Amino acid sequence: MDNTLLEVKNLKTYFFLDEGTARAVDGVDFEIKRGQTLGIVGESGCGKSVTARSVLRIVPKPGRIVEGEITLHRLVAKQDGSKMTDLIRLTEVDPMGSLMRGLRGSEMALVPQEPMASLSPVHTIGDQIGEAIRLHQKVSKAEARAKTIQMLELVGFPRPKQRVDAYPYQLSGGLRQRAVIAMALSCHPSLLIADEPTTALDVTTEAQILKLMRSLQQELGMAIMYITHNLGVVAQMTERVIVMYMGKVVEEANVDTIFHNPLHPYTSALLRSIPRLGMKARERQRLASIRGTVPDPYAIPKGCSFHPRCDKKIRGVCDQQEPTYIEVEPGHKARCVLYKQ
Amino acid sequence: MLAYIVRRILIMIPTLFLISVISFALIQLPPGDYLTSYVAQLRSMGDNIQQEAIDAMRDRYGLGQPVYVQYFKWIEGIVTRGDWGQSMEWQKPVSELIWERMGLTVVLAVFSLLVSWLIAIPVGVYSATHQYSMPDYAMSILSFVGVGVPAFLWALIIMYFAQTQLGMNVGGLFSQQYLEAPWTWDRVVDLLKHIWIPGLIVAIENTAGEIRTTRANLLDEINKPYVELARAKGLTENRLIWKYPVRVAMNPFFSTVGWSLANRISSITLMSVVLSLQTTGPMQLRALLSQDMYLAGSFLVLLSTLTVVGTLISDILLAWVDPRIRMEA
Ligand SMILES: Nc1ncnc2c1ncn2[C@@H]1O[C@H](COP(=O)(O)OP(=O)(O)O)[C@@H](O)[C@H]1O
Ligand SMILES: [Mg+2]
Repeated sequence: MDNTLLEVKNLKTYFFLDEGTARAVDGVDFEIKRGQTLGIVGESGCGKSVTARSVLRIVPKPGRIVEGEITLHRLVAKQDGSKMTDLIRLTEVDPMGSLMRGLRGSEMALVPQEPMASLSPVHTIGDQIGEAIRLHQKVSKAEARAKTIQMLELVGFPRPKQRVDAYPYQLSGGLRQRAVIAMALSCHPSLLIADEPTTALDVTTEAQILKLMRSLQQELGMAIMYITHNLGVVAQMTERVIVMYMGKVVEEANVDTIFHNPLHPYTSALLRSIPRLGMKARERQRLASIRGTVPDPYAIPKGCSFHPRCDKKIRGVCDQQEPTYIEVEPGHKARCVLYKQ
Repeated sequence: MLAYIVRRILIMIPTLFLISVISFALIQLPPGDYLTSYVAQLRSMGDNIQQEAIDAMRDRYGLGQPVYVQYFKWIEGIVTRGDWGQSMEWQKPVSELIWERMGLTVVLAVFSLLVSWLIAIPVGVYSATHQYSMPDYAMSILSFVGVGVPAFLWALIIMYFAQTQLGMNVGGLFSQQYLEAPWTWDRVVDLLKHIWIPGLIVAIENTAGEIRTTRANLLDEINKPYVELARAKGLTENRLIWKYPVRVAMNPFFSTVGWSLANRISSITLMSVVLSLQTTGPMQLRALLSQDMYLAGSFLVLLSTLTVVGTLISDILLAWVDPRIRMEA
């Protein structure tokens, strides 16, 4: 059986601004298997959210997908009850057309970065969750409400029967994020796109939400595209990881390989920047932060975009030629001149 | 919510008291005794007024007694008997003169408010969702013109065109035969036929500003994460825009409805003089010029009260549309 859920090939999403063209996503390839969690890591501004929005086809103006293919392998039930996959080329459908709207929220659901700002302040959470249910399922208002309460219970809402009529400002950040997760899961998506879902939360709440997402994934069997800049979370949540830098994927491997055998100098630098338990205070202070900052997206450096910050750079090579993305060992790809096929 | 409304109404009391004191001071402003000049005026016109009637009036308004007694007698008359005093110039009780005009002013204000919202909200939403498109630019230019040109000039321009191009007579709120007629269904129809031109004129100058407010407020909201999440749910663009950001962007309209009504009443006052409408404006102006103080004072009390009530309505509406405020209260 076809085990692939989503394929992204050479995706390029640019923003056409007065200051110039921001190449937010500049040739991204990856694949997500059914039920798998793929982590996308990278510093802020490297194009993680734009990748997620491209998949959902909600890239805001003046941005647009300029190249590449995104294919969703949708499972559809046949008359005799067996299932077949239906390939939908997302890059070719009308982003606001009925096909794409039918997929958004039902096949692919978003858990956004800011639970505080991601719910309408003037509508109850029950209204906002129930709306998603009624949009994709043929149910009455009363059934949608019952289902909303059931979803709130599933995500660990205390007293869901009363809380369903609460407004977002009456809830803590953790509860709001649970409400958003309940909304995302309400139509049983096959892909959950979680864009830094815990960044705005405190550490304890973050741990609870991560645990919740993990257990719900096992229960419901969906795939997760987990976006984060936190490598600790990657270790906890994901099976496969892609590392992004300036709109490009620089490395892809299984999560263990990324931590124990990173190939790309950027990945190594990211790993050196995580604090570890048992580190001495003085060491922790000297925790390597990656030298320099992410360059302007309008002025991507020539050659390898990471070379100005790289401690392994080769003069005359890295600043001249753009490295190709190669499979260095089975299932482990990197984009760096240090490696040959 | 109920407690909130009750509290807001209680807060109104001191304001209303202040309004009444200031209005009463205005009534007292002209030198001399109001009744004496009234009697003198009547006598000069050959009206033979009885001494008893004069004494009864003197007692009714507490004339010759301390000012605070006069004030309380005045308030008592208004509150208990609906007696707003006597109009010197019209020789009629004030209450017979003001209500129709107050009513017409309010109807015109509400009508123009609805007209401008009905235009401003859809146009503003279109402008914001099609930012930097040709229609958006056109709308911006038009609304700058709308804000820049004063309403009375619009009134003159529209009157000129209606009269020369369409052959319509746009002055007044009624046809000649209904001017002094009692209220009948036909008179209401006649009013509706006349009200839309002044309504439109009063609406114009405010509409332009409201289009720009709608556009700016919506642009602030439209890129917020809750709109993106609504889009990610699979809603159509139209439905999500109207349900979420428009709803939030409209809050300032509700919160200023009382203020806009008050604002419109003052535009109507001016407009009514230009268009000779039977609203409060011209009568109030005349009462002030001829020192017909009970009439002028009554208008002042009523129009100020209307503003206070308008603000109350704003607050209640705002609490109703924005749960955060409802709960705070
Ligand atoms: N709405 C936008 N308008 C213009 N440029 C944008 C917009 N959204 C993203 N970008 C550009 O895309 C780059 C990547 O953004 P994003 O994907 O949000 O980064 P992150 O990896 O932190 O999620 C940004 O640095 C910015 O230049
Ligand atoms: Mg992001």
